Parts: sequence; C-alpha cells; structure tokens
Amino acid sequence: MNRKRLKIFEKVFGAVLFSSSTVTSLTVLFIIVFLFNEGIGLFNSTPVEKKYQFIVSNNNTVKELSSKQLKDIFNYDITNWKQLGGSNDSILLFTINDLSTYFTDDELGANFENLPSKINELIKKNPGILAYLSDKYVPQHLEGHVIPLTKISIKDFVTGTEWYPTSEPAPQFGVLPLILGTLWVSFGAILIALPLGLATAIFMAEVASQRLRNILKPVIELLAGIPSVVYGFFGLVVLVPLIQQLFNLPVGETALAGSIILGIMALPTIITVSEDALRTTPTSLKEASLALGATRWQTITRVTVPYARSGITAASILGIGRAVGETMAVLMVTGNAGVIPHTFLQPVRTIPATIAAELGESSYGGLHFKALFALGILLFLITLIINTSVELIKSRKRS
Amino acid sequence: MMSFIHKRIKQKIAFSIFGLISMIVVGILFVILGFIIFRGISVINWGFLTKMPEEGMTKGGIFPAIVGTLCLIAGSMIFAFPIGVLSAIYLNEYLKENWLKKFMRSMTNNLAGIPSIVFGLFGMALFVNKLKFGDSILAGSLTLGLLALPVIIRTTEEALKSVPDHLRIGSYALGATKLQTIRRVVLPIAAPNIITGLILSISRVSGETAPILFTVAAYFLPKLPHSMFDQAMALPYHLYVLTTSGTNMEASRPMAYGTAFVLIMIVLIANLLANVFRRYFGKKNKMN
Repeated sequence: MNRKRLKIFEKVFGAVLFSSSTVTSLTVLFIIVFLFNEGIGLFNSTPVEKKYQFIVSNNNTVKELSSKQLKDIFNYDITNWKQLGGSNDSILLFTINDLSTYFTDDELGANFENLPSKINELIKKNPGILAYLSDKYVPQHLEGHVIPLTKISIKDFVTGTEWYPTSEPAPQFGVLPLILGTLWVSFGAILIALPLGLATAIFMAEVASQRLRNILKPVIELLAGIPSVVYGFFGLVVLVPLIQQLFNLPVGETALAGSIILGIMALPTIITVSEDALRTTPTSLKEASLALGATRWQTITRVTVPYARSGITAASILGIGRAVGETMAVLMVTGNAGVIPHTFLQPVRTIPATIAAELGESSYGGLHFKALFALGILLFLITLIINTSVELIKSRKRS
Repeated sequence: MMSFIHKRIKQKIAFSIFGLISMIVVGILFVILGFIIFRGISVINWGFLTKMPEEGMTKGGIFPAIVGTLCLIAGSMIFAFPIGVLSAIYLNEYLKENWLKKFMRSMTNNLAGIPSIVFGLFGMALFVNKLKFGDSILAGSLTLGLLALPVIIRTTEEALKSVPDHLRIGSYALGATKLQTIRRVVLPIAAPNIITGLILSISRVSGETAPILFTVAAYFLPKLPHSMFDQAMALPYHLYVLTTSGTNMEASRPMAYGTAFVLIMIVLIANLLANVFRRYFGKKNKMN
C-alpha cells in the first residue's frame, strides 16, 4: 500500500515538474504571440484616425495619398497636385479651423445647418481642394470624393526616416532613425567595451595569480549587478555634464554618453564569456607552445586567443545584445531625439528608450500604441537573431 | 640573446598594460559605487527610510517605494522560485539528452536574452490588459518573475550539476526512488547554491525598472499598498522619476542620491551574502 502511494506521488511530482518546465519553455512563444497580437494591427491600417476623411474634387486624378505626402502638404512642402502626379492645380488646404476665413456666421446659419452645402460649394469651386473633415461635417451628397490613404506597410515602417507618432493629421511611423540610433549607441558601446573587456579577460585567465583573480571575479559580478537605472543616474549626474563641458556642447545627453554607459554595462558579459572561452584552451596546446621556446605573451597571442576566437566572438555579440536591449540607462543619458544620427556628439533615440518613454502616453489600442508594440517585435527579433547566432557559434565550436 | 630580452620586455609591457586595464575596470566600479555611497550616505537617516515623500518629493522619505519593492520581490519570487527550481530539476534530473531537452534549454536561453522592456510590453499586454489585473503589484510581480525565471533555472541547474553522480547511484543502489533521491540526496547538497541563485535574482529583480514601468509603478503614491491589486511605488522607478521628471529636480537631487544609495546597498548586500553562502557551504561540502 505504502509502495503504491509512493509510486503515485512520484508520478504526480513528475507531472508537476514537466508542466513547470513546459510553462517556462512556452513563455517565449507566449511573448511572441502577445507582442504580435498587439502590434501587428499597425500594418495594413490607415495612418489617420478613423473618424476623419480627406476629400478632394471630383476632377482630381490622384489615386491615393500616403502619410508622408500628407505631412508634406500640411507643411506646405508640397503645394501643387502636379507634384503628386495629378493635374496642375495648386493645393488648397481646408480644415474646419479655416471655416471663418471662407464663410460668415450668417452664411453658415445659427446651428451650422448650411455647413454641408457650403462645403460642397467650396469643393465644387476649387479643383485643387484638399478638405480634412471630421465625419460629421462631411456632406451627405458629396460633390467631391474621399481620397483613400496608403496603408502602413512593413516596408514603410522599417525604411521610413521620420518618427512623429503623434503628429496631426498624419502621424509618421518610420523607425529607421530609431534603428540607426540603437545601432550607433550599441556599436559605440562595443568599441569601448571590447578592448577593455578582452584585455581584462586575458589578464584574469592567463596572467593574474589565483588570489588576484579571486578579487577581480566578485568585482566583475558586482558590476553586472548594479541596476541599469543607477547607471543611468550616474551617467546623468556625472558623465553628461562632463561631456557637455569637454566638447563644449549645448547638451551633454549624446550618443557618446549612451555608448560609454552601455560599454561599462556590457563589460561583465564580455569579460565573463571570453574568460570562460580562454580557459577552454587545452593546457597541452599552451605547454607545447611554451616548449617550443615561445614566451607566455606569444603563446597568448598565437595559441590561446586564436583557439578561443569563437568564444570571444560570442562574447562580443552577447555584449551587443545586452546594449541593444538596454532601456533605462539609455533613456536617461542619450537625449532621445528621434533623428538619424551623424556624429556621436548628437542626441539619439533608441528602440527600447522610445518604447519606455512613449507607451505611457499612448492611448490603449491606438495606432501609436500598436506602433510601439511593433517596435517591441522588432527588438525581440533583433535579440532573437543575436541569441541564435551565439548558440550557432557555440555549437559549431563544440563539433 | 638580444631577441630573447626583446621578447621578455615586450611581454612585460603587454602584461603591464593588461593589468592596468583590469585595474581601470575595477576602478570604474569603485568610482560609481564610491560616488553614490559618498553622496547618498549623508541623506540616509531613519526618517528617510520610514517617512512618506513630502513637498513634491523634495523632502520626507522613500518608505512607500521600499515597501513596494519588497512586495515586488516577494511576489515575483513566490511565483518564479518554485517554477524555476522545478523546471531545473526536470531539465537536469529527468530529461535525457534528446530534442525536448534541447528545445527547452534553447527556450530558456532565449528567455534570458529578451530585453527587459519587452517583458514590460508583454506584462502590459497580458497581465494588465488581457487578464485585467490593471496596474497592480500582481501584474508587476508576474512580469518580474518571468524575468527572474531563466536566472533561477540556470543557477539551479548549475547547482544540481555540481552534485556528483556517484551519490545518486549510491542512493538508487540502496533502493531509493528517484523522488527520494532528489529530496534526500541531491537537493540538500545543491541547496546552498540554489539559495545563492535566489539571492542574486532578488538583487536583479529589485533593480529592474523597465518591466514595472507599465505594469505596477506609480509616479507618486503616498500610501502603502493594501492588496496585490494596488499600484505601488518602487525604488528603481522612484529614482528614475526623481532624476528625470520631478517637479523640482534640483531640490529632489538629495532624495535621488539617497534612493540610489539604498538600491546599491541591496545589490551589495545580496552579492556579499551570495558569496559568503557559496564560500562557506562550498568548503563544508568539500570536507564531507
């Protein structure tokens, strides 16, 4: 009897174990599903809020307008339909705010009862009109037609150069500046962290005595343990003013500040992973090299480091991955200007920082909200590629 | 002879440079720690730790943020620690080397590589919106728990791997079942290292900001949470708010130093504790 109960208990325990590890492994898939669920709606949706319409004259031959073109029209960068492939009519922009410049209050009637007919009149009279109207002001027997807007495509999302997610009437969802900002800051970080990290790893694995190593190791671990918001705080109160003074800049919040802080944060990853890689070099190889009369230094540069090459590559990729996904520190020190960076002394905005800064102010389920989740998907995919390539490098090494 | 000396000198120079760089890395740590401890320690007093924030967060203390962080630590660990340890036991003790193990391992590795802000997005989409927990300690704890899972799994697995196989075989030979072996032989030996992992993940969870931005953190909430469905302040988010969006940033700077100091202390103490645990019990195990 006791034996039987034990057996059942054993089975139950096994099932519990199995289910908890299944939950864990499925979490990643869950995350993908939910990010896509919230973010994918951005694509193939119209870039303007549903209750507004753009109306043009019936003679207008332009088939559709993109979000970018709308923005240019509203900024008066495009002033003629010819520029959009239509007839030679200059664009007359009409929004509800312009009402009083065209009509007197008497003409509109006390309760705006004449508004639809007046708008119709206006549309009929001006072949170049582009009226931006709320649904409730659109006349029932419209003398013009509603011009369709180009739907947001994945290509526009990834290659668009402007990120103005809240601009009216046409928000711009181009993430290229954010992608480039992320890459600039991350590569800058790796440029700083790789030489420092590799040198420290070699020193710890090959040069330092066991006692020194026992001191260094916990220090590196501690460096990894400091919260990113503390790094950001330190960067903001120490590094940013320093950079501002040093380079005589209007603001110190720059890509450089981000790179330095991220470089420091990537150091522990790079040091630990490359040190482990260096330690896998077989002693026999090193001893053979020393026996041939090579110095320890020559052995390190010609034998140990080449042998650990793939591990060191993995370390730098992991370091980049750490930098790409880092949020708070970057948010606090890079200035968050959503423009394509040209130098390290400019403010930049990264993907994670954008999500962190904007999600709070976007309305749930709106286009902006969806766009931020789409950014999350992008970030997830980038880190997935990074992790997979690290695993590939490691498994190739093993075989 | 000449070239030999030449080589020796080259080696000396190279090693000195590498040693110097290592010292710089250590120096960076001490500069950051020193700066925050030096500036923060003068702010710390009993009132700072036990009072509510006052006058636009420029005076008073950070008590609600400390309580919030403690709630989040407890909540996330209640959820992540059992699941993490059980998963690790399953991975290490039950599964043979096959596709399932490979799959599960690569999934946990991927989970560890996901940026914390993505966890925040996921937590907001699932816990806050879909499951309708709202901005709450529960949603935040679950999100932070997910983030801590891979850390706990990895450290537990390492702890289990360090238990020599002959002990397991010996236990089986005495007629013990698998469960008995795990409970009486494997876990007691692995326990100190598992606890070390727990301490380190607590330190990680207490400092994370991005996952709690949209799942729990309150900008300013001068009262303590009553249930797990309440919003709460948290130390890392409080530090972020004080430095970037306070009403009077100059005046709240000392508060920020104090908060950073408390955060750093949590990390320092956790690391110290973990190291002590590892060394003390590591020696004891070796002696047995």
